[in-house]
Amino acid sequence: MPAYKINHLKELESESIYVLREVAAQFSKPALLFSGGKDSIVMTHLARKAFYPARIPFPLIHIDTGHNFPETLAFRDKLVEQLGVKLIIGSVQESIQQGSAKEETGVNASRIRLQTVTLLETLEKYGFDAALGGARRDEEKARAKERFFSHRDEFGQWDPKNQRPELWNLFNSRKNEGEHFRIFPLSNWTELDIWQYIWREQIDIPNLYFTHKRLCVIRQGVLLSASPYLPPIEGELPFEKIVRFRTIGDMTSTGAIESVATTLEEIIAEVATARVTERGGRADDKRSETSMEDRKREGYF
Amino acid sequence: MDLTNYINMDLLRFTTAGSVDDGKSTLIGRLLYDSKQIFEDQYEAIKKTSELRGEDYVNLALLTDGLRAEREQGITIDVAYRYFSTPKRKFIIADTPGHIQYTRNMVTGASTANLAIVLADARHGMVEQSRRHLFIASLLRIPHIIVCINKMDLVNYSQEVYDKIRTQFENFSTKLQTTDIQYIPISALNGDNVVDRSKNMPWYEGPTLLYQLENVHIASDYNRIDCRFPVQYVIRPNSDSFHDYRGYAGRIAGGIFKPGDEVMVLPSGFTSVITSIDTFDGPLTQAFAPMSVTVRIQDDLDISRGDMLVRTNNVPKTGQDIELMICWLSKKPLALNGKYALKHTTRDARCIVKEIRYKVNINTLHRIENVEEIGMNDIARIAIRTTQPLFYDSYQRNRITGSLILIDEATNETVAAGMII
Repeated sequence: MPAYKINHLKELESESIYVLREVAAQFSKPALLFSGGKDSIVMTHLARKAFYPARIPFPLIHIDTGHNFPETLAFRDKLVEQLGVKLIIGSVQESIQQGSAKEETGVNASRIRLQTVTLLETLEKYGFDAALGGARRDEEKARAKERFFSHRDEFGQWDPKNQRPELWNLFNSRKNEGEHFRIFPLSNWTELDIWQYIWREQIDIPNLYFTHKRLCVIRQGVLLSASPYLPPIEGELPFEKIVRFRTIGDMTSTGAIESVATTLEEIIAEVATARVTERGGRADDKRSETSMEDRKREGYF
Repeated sequence: MDLTNYINMDLLRFTTAGSVDDGKSTLIGRLLYDSKQIFEDQYEAIKKTSELRGEDYVNLALLTDGLRAEREQGITIDVAYRYFSTPKRKFIIADTPGHIQYTRNMVTGASTANLAIVLADARHGMVEQSRRHLFIASLLRIPHIIVCINKMDLVNYSQEVYDKIRTQFENFSTKLQTTDIQYIPISALNGDNVVDRSKNMPWYEGPTLLYQLENVHIASDYNRIDCRFPVQYVIRPNSDSFHDYRGYAGRIAGGIFKPGDEVMVLPSGFTSVITSIDTFDGPLTQAFAPMSVTVRIQDDLDISRGDMLVRTNNVPKTGQDIELMICWLSKKPLALNGKYALKHTTRDARCIVKEIRYKVNINTLHRIENVEEIGMNDIARIAIRTTQPLFYDSYQRNRITGSLILIDEATNETVAAGMII
């Protein structure tokens, strides 16, 4: 008898496709949260596979902090055009202008927390009942406790101590009016799985992930890209560095790493031997030991 | 680096269970640490926290206890998923808490696992929690179980203690269905027999825990005999290039499907022939669990989500009166004659609880009959009647087509895990 075996990437792919199809079947108005980072690019690729030869049956939502890398925005627009899906942009700047979010001040100000306000406003405005996110459980310890189908109350809050048990692959999507779900099809993928998959599938990603020359500053030990969104500290001089990004978030909080990786193969080799976690360069996670859990409780991605 | 080799690993999902303070989180921390999956910043962070708390050694449990309440109380509350890989395999760990009130988390972790690690404290031997964990692992048909007798360092690495505990477990296991149970004496704290062979227990000649995890045979854990394809979603592109395309998307739940196979559609009973098994990457010559595919058939039949494609000569049971074992997961007890929403494969239905046959005493595995109430963490056999027929196999034969969940229609909570008999 032949061995009926599939490798770990195929198994993860198959699991994610199953979850994506459950979402399309069980919810009346789902949407995919697209950040422009590699995880949401992979999730979009999987969604394309799940519904092929039909189009992805839901829109993409991008919560735009106004502090994005220009490369991310250009990549997003190109991808949306290719897929022929609708793009909805929730603007943090608008939330600030209309007074529902308040800009942080100080040298380490960031718009990470404010994204939650805009995200919840956007979901409510369009009446989305499920939002697909690219978060992975291996990324961060609070995320390690997430379900595939994660319930959010009418305030968009996550209650980690009271989560529904998730058995087999039977996903309970029942909810009351005004509540919604966050769905994480990539829950079981690791950073290395994502890179191997991008390599195997030849998925296009923004060139920020590959090594390049960039003007940088150092803040609290983290190498950040110099940008108009980062108010300069007195006496600070931006310097040129050969860097790449391991994750992509806001320009104000995403740390660059010094790297010589110019190809996917080199990136995979680098990730496989890395001694620091992917989010180790994310200033937003360093605010306290439980900053991700605290943000998630409020309704963050 | 040889990438082709790298991407051809297989995947083992395992769950860990133990009572409070059996050292589960420490064991996982040890597996991650010794297999070099802990990053410097993670290690620095827990080292700092351990020092702040005045602990003598780096508390590896802090790696898995991520929630604020868990860190404060020093306990694990919810299932945490961890990932690591060796050159042989990729592993997904469902780390489940040992507290009695959190048994539902163990059931959750066990439901998708190929293997269970049950931990016992060498000083205490087999306790009530151990029996519960073994029983749940067996009830959920986890194909492989490893009993780790931990904290051997605290009993002077005594073979006598190990043998005694092993006998306790073996005596209890004779009453269980699981046949593949291995025993390993370890010290998670010091790393004995976890990744590296222990120098302190020369009398133990078996494999280390990691060796066992890397080599256990899992390819036969899925059903390859009974063809079952629950229809999940109907794909109709309505585009110019795929004008008449109509495909049935789903994940294979059992057996091997091939183009040209004659299939029967349930519940209608009509038969047709598979013309193509499609994926984004092109058509397949065969498909089996757990692959997600899109199936097209020759005839234009009315098929929708919740229907099932099977082989004409091997059909599942069809019925509305179903006998099942349940694990009750909710604080609100099970109501006899109560109505619940039900999910089984891709099918939604409602059901009424007709009968509580018995409750299981998990210490003795005896049946307690004439019970009126089933509460949180109870395991019982019940009979239900569903609003519409389900197409099912026994859980013993197929973990996918034999499992269901019950949902409280008022609170939307998942209240029971059900395994069809």
